[in-house]
Amino acid sequence: MFTFELLANVLVAGILLGGFYAAISLGLSLSFGLLDIVNIAHPAFIIFGSYMAYLLNTTWGVDPVLAGLLFAGPFYFLGVTVYRIYYESFEKTGAESLRGLVFFFGIFFLIEVIFIITFGVDYRLVRAPYIGESFHVGVVGIAGRLFVPFLVGVAMTVALYLFLSKTFFGKAVMGVAQDSLAVRLMGADPTRLKTIAFGIGIATTSVAGALLIIIGPVEPSIGRDYIGRVFAITVLGGMGSIAGTFVAALILGVAESLTSAFFGPSWSLAVSFGILLLVLAVRPAGLFGR
Amino acid sequence: MKNKSLLWVAIGVVVLGFALTGVMENRYYYKAGYIVLQFVVLATAWNILGGYTGYVNFGSGAFFGIGAYTAVFLIQAFKLPLLLLLISGGVVAALLGLGIGYLTLRLKGIFFSIATLALAVVLETLVVNWEYVGGGAGIPIVHPREPLFFSNYDEFLFVVMLVLAVVALAIARFIENSRIGRGLAAIRDSEEAAECMGVPTLKLKLFATTVSGFLMGMAGAPFPYYVTYVEPSSAFDLNYAVNSLAMPMIGGTATWIGPLVGAGLLATAQQWATVTVSSEMNLLIVGVLLVGFVVFAPEGIVGLVQKLWKRRDP
Repeated sequence: MFTFELLANVLVAGILLGGFYAAISLGLSLSFGLLDIVNIAHPAFIIFGSYMAYLLNTTWGVDPVLAGLLFAGPFYFLGVTVYRIYYESFEKTGAESLRGLVFFFGIFFLIEVIFIITFGVDYRLVRAPYIGESFHVGVVGIAGRLFVPFLVGVAMTVALYLFLSKTFFGKAVMGVAQDSLAVRLMGADPTRLKTIAFGIGIATTSVAGALLIIIGPVEPSIGRDYIGRVFAITVLGGMGSIAGTFVAALILGVAESLTSAFFGPSWSLAVSFGILLLVLAVRPAGLFGR
Repeated sequence: MKNKSLLWVAIGVVVLGFALTGVMENRYYYKAGYIVLQFVVLATAWNILGGYTGYVNFGSGAFFGIGAYTAVFLIQAFKLPLLLLLISGGVVAALLGLGIGYLTLRLKGIFFSIATLALAVVLETLVVNWEYVGGGAGIPIVHPREPLFFSNYDEFLFVVMLVLAVVALAIARFIENSRIGRGLAAIRDSEEAAECMGVPTLKLKLFATTVSGFLMGMAGAPFPYYVTYVEPSSAFDLNYAVNSLAMPMIGGTATWIGPLVGAGLLATAQQWATVTVSSEMNLLIVGVLLVGFVVFAPEGIVGLVQKLWKRRDP
């Protein structure tokens, strides 16, 4: 049963899946990893993005990736609004640890329920020329529905990496992550920086959601399956390291691909949780810890 | 004195509940009452960790579900009596809490919350792959004959859950007023300061996690007999996680009365709303209330009432 051809296919599929996992985790790496805003509603925003891509795709036939990019702007402002509420109600008074967490959990739950009420629990999918197509490199088959999300995931990783390390604003955000008080003493406003960075984090979920619905059909409660994954990747990647997030995403992608090929797809959900517990027990700083 | 009178109230409530089963006929009320009481147990259990210690458990569904499936396994394998099912369900869930707590509570508290968030999904996966307890398709469970004095099994389960609720509230009240409770409150207010004052923070946190898990597992153990057909998706339902934290947050997390008030109001309203409105609308209302209370009334209903009280006679 076991052949090297199969192994090569499984590994490549895992790497492609990993690129997609990077796309869904980058935003969380920014908000949770760098800025300590524990946005557990992150996967719900991704589902939100999927449904927006679905709407544009079915009504006007817009390409899902393009739809994700178009909605990145509105999602940025959505993120800014959510952070303002979070800041005013919880962070300012130091109540973020209990009530702030519950707040994000409530948002997660509300988004899910609102989508169940408006769209029902049926699976929705999008149409694009590359979905359902595939090409071969040697013995390895590459599916378009995995290849496109991989490419977009790599592009997002590079863009966010350059943004944080090269631009003035990105360096300021890194400054907030390292020492918020020092940033304040330099005359900058850490809260404003955090607001913008959180907005960018939510903006990435618009594109990530579009990628999710390219990979497979989406229904409202599918977001729960991604909570373990995005947090495992963020922690394994070293809390806020963009390169680390990408490497961790590839590791999880390959591990899940191997698990579902050799043990059955229903076990793949347990992989991320196992990795999360293992990292917390052995090396909480992650691979690329600050 | 106050302790004694509360004890009599507790005994009175249980006796009254038992007497009720002899009078009232309609079985629906026992079915509905069971659910309300089950949420009193879950909300109280959640609050022992969440309200007293300040650590958020998002995985109540996991603890409840593991209690239910421990019972399913023991019914399948040994046909154990209900009392032993309750204890074993509680012990397994307590060990789960202890394990997760030991791995994550030494770090920042947030990792505990994240781990519990993913826990229900993982346990559901395990059960789906475990054919002996029914796998993904679920399993029918036949309840035994109703015991003496009860005319049907639903009435019996109702009284069992009533006893569990009273026990859970008594444990919560005991913890609240003991040295342990003061230690937990110290952790909630400032963990570093507590540690410096010699409070054994890790031990206390693990204690709270274990007790909380035990009560949640106990609440789940009679579930197979209640539904008579157990599926992983219903035993590990997200609603348990949402409700068991929404109820204390809405009722008030500071005292044992808060979860009782929150669970009583919210669960009763939901029982009413599932019949009259749709169950999705019902979830939407819970979500809106949860976010609303967290943002605008963090002390919950009990806190609001106390505030009004103070304003009236200063």
